[in-house]
Amino acid sequence: MASKVIMPKLSPTMEEGQIARWLKKEGDKVSMGEPLAEIDTDKATMEMQALANGVLRKILINEGESAPLGQLIAVIGDPGEDIASVLSEAAAPKPAAAPAPKAASEPAPKPAEEPPPPPSPSPAVATNGRKAGTTDSGRMIVSPLAARMAAHSGLDLRSIQGSGPNGRIIKRDIEAVLSKPKAATVAVGTPSGYRDEPATQIRQTIAKRLVTSIGPVPHFFLTVDIEMDRAAEMRQNIKALDPDLKISVNDIIIKCAAVALIQHPQVNASFQEKFIRYYEHADIGVAVAIDDGLITPVIRGADQKSLSQIAGEVRELAERARGKKLKPEEYTGATFSISNLGMFGIDEFTAVINPPEGAILAVGAMTAKPVVRDNEVVVRQMMRVTMSCDHRVIDGATGAKFLQTFKKILENPLYLVV
Amino acid sequence: MPTLTIREALNQAIREEIIRDERVFIMGEEVAAYDGAYKVTRGLLHDFGDKRVIDTPITELGFAGLGVGAAMVGLRPIVEFMTFNFSILATDQIINSAAKMLYMSGGQFNVPIVFRGPGGSAFQVSSQHSQALESWYAYFPGLKVVMPSTPADAKGLLKSAIRDDDPVVFIEQERMYGNKGEVPDDPDFTIPLGVADVKREGTDCTIVARSLMVPVALKAAEQLQEQGVSCEVIDPRTIRPLDIDTIIESVKKTNRVVLAEESHPICSVNAEISHEIMQFAFDYLDAPVKRVSGADVPMPYAKNLEQAAVPDVEKIIAAVREVAYLD
Repeated sequence: MASKVIMPKLSPTMEEGQIARWLKKEGDKVSMGEPLAEIDTDKATMEMQALANGVLRKILINEGESAPLGQLIAVIGDPGEDIASVLSEAAAPKPAAAPAPKAASEPAPKPAEEPPPPPSPSPAVATNGRKAGTTDSGRMIVSPLAARMAAHSGLDLRSIQGSGPNGRIIKRDIEAVLSKPKAATVAVGTPSGYRDEPATQIRQTIAKRLVTSIGPVPHFFLTVDIEMDRAAEMRQNIKALDPDLKISVNDIIIKCAAVALIQHPQVNASFQEKFIRYYEHADIGVAVAIDDGLITPVIRGADQKSLSQIAGEVRELAERARGKKLKPEEYTGATFSISNLGMFGIDEFTAVINPPEGAILAVGAMTAKPVVRDNEVVVRQMMRVTMSCDHRVIDGATGAKFLQTFKKILENPLYLVV
Repeated sequence: MPTLTIREALNQAIREEIIRDERVFIMGEEVAAYDGAYKVTRGLLHDFGDKRVIDTPITELGFAGLGVGAAMVGLRPIVEFMTFNFSILATDQIINSAAKMLYMSGGQFNVPIVFRGPGGSAFQVSSQHSQALESWYAYFPGLKVVMPSTPADAKGLLKSAIRDDDPVVFIEQERMYGNKGEVPDDPDFTIPLGVADVKREGTDCTIVARSLMVPVALKAAEQLQEQGVSCEVIDPRTIRPLDIDTIIESVKKTNRVVLAEESHPICSVNAEISHEIMQFAFDYLDAPVKRVSGADVPMPYAKNLEQAAVPDVEKIIAAVREVAYLD
């Protein structure tokens, strides 16, 4: 029986995918779970697995071409099997209700290769790469034990292929994931816990008024100068201690921000219309420039991690970000972000908040400047940071108090250990 | 420790309790002069006389009622049903009198009686004589229901049942009377009611089995071990009160359960156990609870059909392999 291969949903925001590379060619044998193609999503290049056994009979979308979610992109079947009916179904006219594929920016595809999505391809299930048996309802099938084990270990069930009946995810599937070498998952942690508190009327009114005035996320900006001599000195001292410990100033900034956020939960928060979500940990998004844009890998629970852990994770995540190898759970769900353009010589800038986060810190370059200390002009390493705040959740004074704490810790990094 | 058959172990229990407590007596069809239809009461009439070992007419409702009355006025009767199939005639006395008397008399009348005899399948005695009735009796508050699977359990549990102040339905298995095992000869040896026994320890799958299904489950577990699957076999021994804690503890360890029983599947004891596992160990299950039951038909007379109607080693192995996701 011929199986359809459809464009799967490989990232939370993906609407269409581009075939980067077919890993099999027509006529090749494929088995379930084997990598079939590499697909460029809006965020990363992801591997797509075969969901059936047989022979790759027909490739409908060539390398470099795009297809919307759910579109037929290939057919797997037995050798010699008649797949004409599957192909003609693919070429059938588009039902009126089908969402229009976002193909405006793509080269106009040939009609036969731009069919409508099949009748009920559930994107959620397509993501899961599960057997056809589970696709009808779009529901994930997980044994109670496996669900509990995954929650306990912070695993995303959507990334796991079930081996039980109907693709049920069972204990051994979780154990298989957990026993894999940790190398690729070093940065994956459990997203921060949180508590939701109802947004008061005044909060909702403030939110409404501000949004009317300035846009959906009403930003305001707070700027402060920070003396970085001690932080820089600390970094040198760590280096002297052990040349293998490569800690950057940015790593110290991440750690100080995380510690300050825990002291100011109002800033480690997110506006959710009817309520405000306060996070228990500081999951810090770190903006990383990549070839065609930027992405913010997340350091989970940075408040609880050591500087060397943070440094290692930032390095590893940034490297994979540049290789477009980040998994969705590695670049979503931060509670606060930091963008540093210091290395480009930028003294000061404002960053745009990544909703639903409540704030982002824009960090400028560290430069030697004359400043007045005890009525004398002295030279200090100064750095200017500007925090963009979502005014719906953070008020001026709240943000200012956070920056005060942040400045205090960064200027006296010994606070990190006391 | 002496090796006895279940038949001998039961005989020893009755004998010891008749000696120990002058209020204890046994009555039923053929229990005295004929030494019992299954020879459980062998020698008792000879040793204790016809005040303690009493033959009754073929009137189950009558002598069951006689027993309930005797128990209410302070004796401790053991009522033998030649098989539990005949207890059906006595259910009014068992259910409406024995089970409810303590409650309806506001605690004035205990009914310390044991109703015992063989139940379950036998060898080609057909529909009316091959029935597992434990779920009937376990249904009623006021009754305790016990089903032993080894000679030691048979002795220890029957002694506890005789000493218990409440009515106990004690169901033996006709096919198992000749099964042998070591039995303590200490007259104070008893096994408390309401305590399950782990008959075999294992890590991959829990098999809950009682009565005839215990040796079958143990044999299945042995063969499964050779296939690399380690099974834990739990014998609840008492159906009511049920020691669900021991079962839950095991399920939390193995994450998979097979429930084996001779009964028909609908409204059986294992339907209840399945529910309790779902309630108390839901988050520990890696597969749905699997039941292996007797066929949902009156017991056929034909030998091949009778064999097909009773759970066997192969059916239990198949069930374990299914919940362990091995096939």
